[in-house]
Amino acid sequence: MKSKFYEEDKLLVLEITEEIDHHTTEELRRKMDNEIERCMPREVVFDFGSVAFMDSAGIGMVIGRYKLAKMFGASVCMTNVRKSVKKIFEMCGILRLIPILEEKIG
Amino acid sequence: MRNRYENEMKLEFLSKSNNEAFARIAVAAFVSQLDPTIEELADIKTAVSEAVTNAIIHGYEEKEGMVKIVCKLIGNSVVIEVSDTGKGIENIELAKQPLYTSKPNLERSGMGFTIMESFMDEMKIESVVGLGTKVTMKKKIEQEVSQKEEDCAIKA
Ligand SMILES: Nc1ncnc2c1ncn2[C@@H]1O[C@H](COP(=O)(O)OP(=O)(O)OP(=O)(O)O)[C@@H](O)[C@H]1O
Ligand SMILES: [Mg+2]
Repeated sequence: MKSKFYEEDKLLVLEITEEIDHHTTEELRRKMDNEIERCMPREVVFDFGSVAFMDSAGIGMVIGRYKLAKMFGASVCMTNVRKSVKKIFEMCGILRLIPILEEKIG
Repeated sequence: MRNRYENEMKLEFLSKSNNEAFARIAVAAFVSQLDPTIEELADIKTAVSEAVTNAIIHGYEEKEGMVKIVCKLIGNSVVIEVSDTGKGIENIELAKQPLYTSKPNLERSGMGFTIMESFMDEMKIESVVGLGTKVTMKKKIEQEVSQKEEDCAIKA
């Protein structure tokens, strides 16, 4: 995962570069929570552009970070979500909570 | 010729989470013989990942055990069995409900069985408490029109 914080907009972009499953989410969660707590952003964007695979572990991971970001009053959205990943998010209604931003950020 | 194709493989590995990627990649490589589309292959990888993860976190509750996969190619279909000899499922109907999870504290979403069911054509769960669980999934790999025409041409 790569993270980039845009101070002036208080925008934190978390670019996930690994496949997302039960194995990888353990470390991803820890890194993301560190970044959110360290930067205290107003907006968090998950960049899925480099995610070649995701299973249901990704749903729990995103919802968990959403809850944390909410505690800081930050909004959360996703970008660059490929079809196979989107299919999984579409199944559980999470996109109403955490929308997919169509234009590219960062 | 191709629609009479048959092949089979078995895979057994320790219930370690870093084997989740190995399992789905191995099955995908095997299924590639049927010339699936990228989307079909992605669906199969996801379903395998869900079943294997369930065996590891629910079946064995992250303790050590063996996860077994049997993968059969029958005609244009792939049949995948994922089994564990872990704790088993008490209420299968409940377990299949979308959003039901017995481990919400682990940030599980309860979508695993729902994904397996919708990404594959068929899914069956067999489980005995204390003995283990076997999930059997089936998916038909659609043949390209051009491939069918080719087969006809060969037969003719
Ligand atoms: N192999 C198994 N052994 C024992 N219990 C299982 C097994 N597979 C599933 N279960 C039970 O069925 C429930 C539902 O499984 P499902 O995969 O749908 O959701 P989950 O694993 O809890 O969450 P998710 O897959 O979305 O991360 C699990 O919470 C667990 O209680
Ligand atoms: Mg699951």
